[in-house]
Amino acid sequence: MIKDDFNIVKSGFHKRRVRFIVVTLIMTILTLILCTSMLYLGNTKYSPEVIIKVILGEQVKGASFAIGSVRLPRMLSGLLAGIAFGMAGSTFQTMLRNPLASPDIIGVTSGSSVATVFCILVLNLSGSIISITAVIAGLIVASLIYILARGGSFSGGRLILIGIGIQAMLNAVISFLLLRANQYDVPAALRWLSGSLNGMSMKNVPVLFLVVVIFGCILVLLGRHLKILELGEQSAITLGLKADQTRILLVLSAVFLIAYATAVTGPIAFVAFLAGPIAGRLAGKGYSNVIPAGLTGAIMVLLADIVGQFAFDTRFPVGILTGIMGAPYLLYLLIRMNRTGGAA
Amino acid sequence: MKETPLFSASSIVAGYDKKIIINNIDVVIPNNKISVIIGANACGKSTLLKTLARLIKPVSGEVLLDGKEIHEIPPKQLAKVLGLLPQSPVVPEGITVSDLVSRGRYPYQTFLKGMEKKDYEAVEEALNIMGITELANRSVDELSGGQRQRVWIAMALAQQTDILLLDEPTTFLDITYQVEILDLLTDLNRKRGTTIVMVLHDINLSARYADYIFAVQKGNLIAQGSPSEIITEDLMQQVFGLDCAVIKDPVSDSPFIVPKGRYHVMTE
Repeated sequence: MIKDDFNIVKSGFHKRRVRFIVVTLIMTILTLILCTSMLYLGNTKYSPEVIIKVILGEQVKGASFAIGSVRLPRMLSGLLAGIAFGMAGSTFQTMLRNPLASPDIIGVTSGSSVATVFCILVLNLSGSIISITAVIAGLIVASLIYILARGGSFSGGRLILIGIGIQAMLNAVISFLLLRANQYDVPAALRWLSGSLNGMSMKNVPVLFLVVVIFGCILVLLGRHLKILELGEQSAITLGLKADQTRILLVLSAVFLIAYATAVTGPIAFVAFLAGPIAGRLAGKGYSNVIPAGLTGAIMVLLADIVGQFAFDTRFPVGILTGIMGAPYLLYLLIRMNRTGGAA
Repeated sequence: MKETPLFSASSIVAGYDKKIIINNIDVVIPNNKISVIIGANACGKSTLLKTLARLIKPVSGEVLLDGKEIHEIPPKQLAKVLGLLPQSPVVPEGITVSDLVSRGRYPYQTFLKGMEKKDYEAVEEALNIMGITELANRSVDELSGGQRQRVWIAMALAQQTDILLLDEPTTFLDITYQVEILDLLTDLNRKRGTTIVMVLHDINLSARYADYIFAVQKGNLIAQGSPSEIITEDLMQQVFGLDCAVIKDPVSDSPFIVPKGRYHVMTE
């Protein structure tokens, strides 16, 4: 009898682990297929040999420019930004135990956007200074929300409402900056704000790659601790987790990821918000959701970009498509939050 | 059975923010026994338990485990000795029972090393003791209050601590489940020798299940001892401001209180 019971428990653990690994593998394969498609699709289609040659650095007439300078940076930026959005979003959502607590809902992304728009329109800056400013602005907004939400009981619902309020304020600042700016600069800022992979160049990729690898690894390694933090402050302390330390490291890494990626591609709407819940539903809840969420983010960005480029007569920036996907889910969560009084 | 470390608190003053709730309490928790903290609402019994559980850092005084201040013991090491079931723990959405219980193994895991054979065995044993093995692969969201409480206790059991603190483990449960949970905790105490300290609301169940009772009133520990020493008409008047008669519990022979109100009291 006891042996049978043991099997129920063990086989359950086994089944969930297999499911997690299989789903993660499928997501990885899907991501790779989408990456390859990004290199293949376009006005001119090149054969796989030509694509490989170009990637290996050989000069091929026409293909070197189309693939090496246009499609490859576009694909890599989309892939890395998608991973960054997915991982950061899922980390915030798990830590605050609420799908609405994504950085693109509670104003962290908007903070980075204000900084970037200010750099583009007012200071006429470009390049890595923008990214650094975006990261700093993201951290400031995250700390501000935390401080404002901390007074009294620390409840998720309150933090989210404060975040949404801050988001609205920051969006007003962006509108103000756009109104006051030199007309010639506005289109560039608007294109960036809608979240677009157009005009990505190779020069942004290496640093973005480093940021994603370093902070992505930190989030993956912290996954085990995040699962404990998810049980609430009291259980986390009881289980021997250094809660404050873990939380600070998680927030820093997640903000770095999302702010840096936002500075490069613009705020691609709702990817951070949707990736975690989708990945959790597919891969199961027992394991750390960071890797599946990162892959889901990448799949969403790449897929939305391919659809936006090739499915319609007009080309749409990737952010418009992800925005259309995310809005109904946001409404659904807000309605549910309203019914349950804060605990979405 | 290994030796349970001596768990005590000396002159602790604690509270939230700047508000002092308990002033100058000394306690020595009896080893391998079930102790219950009783007191009126907002008397500081829960604050006392949280201070013992290191959730609140005392303003002054110390909580000691074998003479060592608990905030100075490495957190994971402490987590192997001292466990707590919070009053309203948070269930992550969609998690299965055995995955949740397995999180109780966190203090035993080290960097990069996941669940091992002994961890799975601990989870299985905890589920078995709480009688919820058949629920192992169910989602915690779907369970009833009583079942959920068993899952949380199972998680605390998987943690395999010598001392287990519980903050009102029977609140919000039907009477049947209250008795069931208290029976299971007694099993645990008798079979494993786990020292149990809990806050309970029900005085009669406390009198029946406790080996030792701490009575808290307005932030002070005003009495402690065996149920027959504490559950008296005088002390109940003092602790709860309650006029009552104390009789013998016909089932367990422990003291049993019968409250007196303004109505329905027979005159002689």
